[in-house]
Amino acid sequence: MEISVTINGTTHTHDVEPRTLLVHYIRDVVGLTGTNIGCDTSSCGACTIHINGESVKSCTVFAVQADGDDLLTIEGLAEGETLHPMQESFRQCHALQCGYCTPGMVMAAVSLLDENPDPTDREVRLGLEGNLCRCTGYHNIVKAVLHCAAGGEQ
Amino acid sequence: MIPAAFDYVRAGSASEAIAALAEHGDEAKLLAGGHSLIPLMRFRLARPAVVVDIGRLDDLKYIRDAGDHVAIGALTRHRDVETSELVANRAGLLGEVTSHVGDPQVRHRGTIGGAVAHGDPASDIPSALIALGATLVAAGPQGTREISVDDFFTGFLETALGDDELLTEVRIPATDGARWGFEKFNRRAQDWAIVGVSAVVRAGGEAGVGLVNMDSRPVRAAAVESAVAGGASAAEAAELAAVGCDPTEDLNASVEYRQHLARVLTRRALETAGL
Repeated sequence: MEISVTINGTTHTHDVEPRTLLVHYIRDVVGLTGTNIGCDTSSCGACTIHINGESVKSCTVFAVQADGDDLLTIEGLAEGETLHPMQESFRQCHALQCGYCTPGMVMAAVSLLDENPDPTDREVRLGLEGNLCRCTGYHNIVKAVLHCAAGGEQ
Repeated sequence: MIPAAFDYVRAGSASEAIAALAEHGDEAKLLAGGHSLIPLMRFRLARPAVVVDIGRLDDLKYIRDAGDHVAIGALTRHRDVETSELVANRAGLLGEVTSHVGDPQVRHRGTIGGAVAHGDPASDIPSALIALGATLVAAGPQGTREISVDDFFTGFLETALGDDELLTEVRIPATDGARWGFEKFNRRAQDWAIVGVSAVVRAGGEAGVGLVNMDSRPVRAAAVESAVAGGASAAEAAELAAVGCDPTEDLNASVEYRQHLARVLTRRALETAGL
């Protein structure tokens, strides 16, 4: 089935099998490999992207369901060489260790602040409930999100 | 994992979806938000030959004040229920319970109709619908019918919906002035409840209590409700929470432990509800 999706501002049109998961479409067909696959059970959040401005686990969506939608992946967050404030906050707060969960964590965190621009520590932890960090580096991740919410920079 | 191949039908209207179901019978599955179905398809626990996508039926996405009840379109997403002022004011228990479903990403896609039609005994939302005494509206080739929540869940992942029926609306009796409590016990963030309890105590003192994961289907704690009606305290009534339930044993909990959790969580939920 032919689908047309806009990813990071560029429209892509492809013929896909209905069973193609969106994350496989993004990685293997479009070639944007910043979105990771972690768990295959809708648990880990490594594959989090935005669909029409909201965080979604792209392993739990068929590509055909996203036909006509506006997608944002980790590659579309920075403006050229200038990191998105959330990416900059992650960098400043050392909010990554191995980095595997980071793209999904950042995308979930951006969506979280869109919905709740001034969250408490507890609200950040609940808001990132759908993202697992197997390095267990949660403390600095929460710090980074709060840092970003507070306006970033030191 | 990659699901087995299927034919994809995108329904442009509820009647198109019903026609597709009528044509393909139990070979077909409806796809709403996909957050119950797609995980099952990825593990190939479900292998529908035809997937009928109803995700774009925007006329089934609404939350309306219908006087004595709140009417919620089946394709309304958890996020929209969770953040609805109308739900908060007139069916507060449902808003609270919905905010505990999965995680934010799941709530951005998952729908109330999908969660209910899936009929999972471990799902949170059915417990709220039981406590609140909801009515489900189903549309099929012969027209629409109303189903009481007490007749809706018939077995493990089984509901009263026919193969050719589409759940279109969930009606929640308004509970203005009621108090409520929801308790969900799990070991990991975002996980399913090992046991959960939804409780509402209406202005007249009448209680509604629904249980999560205490049987092969979502169930009502009828003995607890009767005890409250007879003047029992929260602690006394909660002792009866596991009466008549047939919970399973799994890696998380033995039968006895689930029964224990049901009693403790029911007491807490009733106390939160002001009993």
